[in-house]
Amino acid sequence: MSLSQSPLFALGASRIRTFLREPGAVFWTFGFPLLITVALGIAFRNQGPGRFPVALVEGPGAEGLAVELAHDPAIAARVSSAAEAAQLLRTGGVLVVVSLGGEGAGRAGEVVYTFDPSRPDAPAARRALDDHLQRRSGRRDVLLTRDRVTVVQGARYVDWLVPGLLGMQLLSGALWGTAWNIVTARQRKLLKRLAATPMRRGHYLLSFRLAGLVFVPVQTIVLFVFARLTFGVVIHGSWLAVLVLALLASWSFAGLGLLCAARAENTETANGLINLVTMPMFVLSGVFFSSARFPALVQPAIRLLPLSAFNEALRHVVNDGASLFSQALPIAVLVAWGVTSSVVALRLFRWT
Amino acid sequence: MNDIAIRIKGLVKKYADVVAVDGLDLEVERGECFGLLGPNGAGKTTTIEIMEGLNTPTAGTVEMLGRDWAHHGDELRARIGVALQETKLFDRLTVEETLRLFRTFYPSDRALEVETLLTELQLGDKRRAWVQKLSGGQRQRLAVALALVGDPDVLFLDEPTTGLDPQSRRALWDTVASLRSRGKTVVLTTHYMDEAEHLCDRVAIVDHGRRIALGTPAALIDDIGGHHLVELSSVPSLQAEVFTDLVGVRAVRASQRDRSEPQDGLVLSIDEPHVTLPALFQRLAERGAKPTRLVSRTATLDDVFLSLTGRTLRED
Repeated sequence: MSLSQSPLFALGASRIRTFLREPGAVFWTFGFPLLITVALGIAFRNQGPGRFPVALVEGPGAEGLAVELAHDPAIAARVSSAAEAAQLLRTGGVLVVVSLGGEGAGRAGEVVYTFDPSRPDAPAARRALDDHLQRRSGRRDVLLTRDRVTVVQGARYVDWLVPGLLGMQLLSGALWGTAWNIVTARQRKLLKRLAATPMRRGHYLLSFRLAGLVFVPVQTIVLFVFARLTFGVVIHGSWLAVLVLALLASWSFAGLGLLCAARAENTETANGLINLVTMPMFVLSGVFFSSARFPALVQPAIRLLPLSAFNEALRHVVNDGASLFSQALPIAVLVAWGVTSSVVALRLFRWT
Repeated sequence: MNDIAIRIKGLVKKYADVVAVDGLDLEVERGECFGLLGPNGAGKTTTIEIMEGLNTPTAGTVEMLGRDWAHHGDELRARIGVALQETKLFDRLTVEETLRLFRTFYPSDRALEVETLLTELQLGDKRRAWVQKLSGGQRQRLAVALALVGDPDVLFLDEPTTGLDPQSRRALWDTVASLRSRGKTVVLTTHYMDEAEHLCDRVAIVDHGRRIALGTPAALIDDIGGHHLVELSSVPSLQAEVFTDLVGVRAVRASQRDRSEPQDGLVLSIDEPHVTLPALFQRLAERGAKPTRLVSRTATLDDVFLSLTGRTLRED
């Protein structure tokens, strides 16, 4: 029997064909994650401290100081009226407002810094400004120092982010790709029509995972090659380990998709179920920020989520160069989710 | 070899709030085209889906090709072909891809060639069209092609022409007629009486989940008395009794029960128009009445249903 005569192969090929003929689905699967990578990579790029925006309140000496500060690489100063400066401070346009003994100053010659210390960078801006003014007034630094700037590959935010983005992409891809398609087919009575043929029912369900065998390596390679070219994200472990993990995760997530699709009569229900499964994991499992921020009490539970397990294992492989074998625990978590969800889903599954 | 293809005894299907099938007995012979006829909600689809193994009865037995669904499901699914009422297939597969996919489900020594099916169902020039782009008639032809792909012993068609234009309907009738002439067993449901008369060797009329009549279309029409009907309205209007003793008249009834007939009219069941009509005109003249409407037509299964239930099939 040739491959094209095999029902499993034919079903898988149909899945891939119909997917590729749906431009929207192709964009959300392949294009959208790249856009997120670019957006977040730019927003959190390592650009050094940059220049702190500050406002000088109009008054004697303000203009002169502004000209002088233009040469300071750490500070971008502007001269504003008191009201305008207050407005800029409130809206985040500047980090610190400086008044040189004019309005708001207590004693003659006193410099007043107005800033909100809870805003990131505001205390640093205040220190940089203060250093400048102190030196200008004659302070001498007695210790000789020199800065050597370096960026550690694999420790930047973008290095940490990309594996999590792949996890998110695989989770939503597997759930939508499986559950949405199955429930649509049920709603359209296509499941019933298939159930009236001698098709082996397991073949239909397996065909989704067969299609995943094709999509997942493409998604993985596209994302990491893109991250390499744009942000220099390097895989320190082996590509093979990354691909194996991605396939395993997608297989495991597809089980959850099957579970969402087992009974749902219409796409509205499926939609709700998919969001119910994916949203908490997007927040808890360390996609955009580390799950270490959650209380210690819930950490063990978070680590048992399939997306957490995948993100943890993948980050170790990508950023620390860990081997697949060293990640046995998260891999076991993924397998357990995949097997359990599939078994339960098959029990509940409704064809007609 | 058993010449009964399907035998149904005491079939009951209850849902939470409704009894869809209420004690149905049927036998479908091999090689015949059997019609399940009835208004919407009569239980036709439930019955046919139980025959197809897609639904399980609350009570009663179904014997398909000498087998039962509980033990021989896999074998039976390979030997039947099914066109559901309104299946939506894969929108973005082409006609040919859909046929090739379904073909892989059937044993390769049984499955028909895709080319044969494309030709037979006149889908050749649509082979590369996405299913999404097909017209209603083309979609229905594809559904029948998919039902035939495993060269089935029994073919089920649930409301095959509902929603089709007259031309597509005729084309589908020709297809079914040619299948029947090749000795296929066909079971179809319809609420079109003319469809059943045209296609079916025998029909069972069902209403409220029960069989209320069974036989060939001709015999069922015969049973209601007379192959011809005369619909008559006159000024002044006359009572039914005026015509009961006319030559060749089997029955006379008032026509109010059918909304499509005039309120004050009569319907006469007669044997032969050329004998009865002259006598009818004579009687009208004797009574000084002028006919305002007079239609002579052959009786249909619609009339059978009306005489059995007092309702027309079109009333939902």
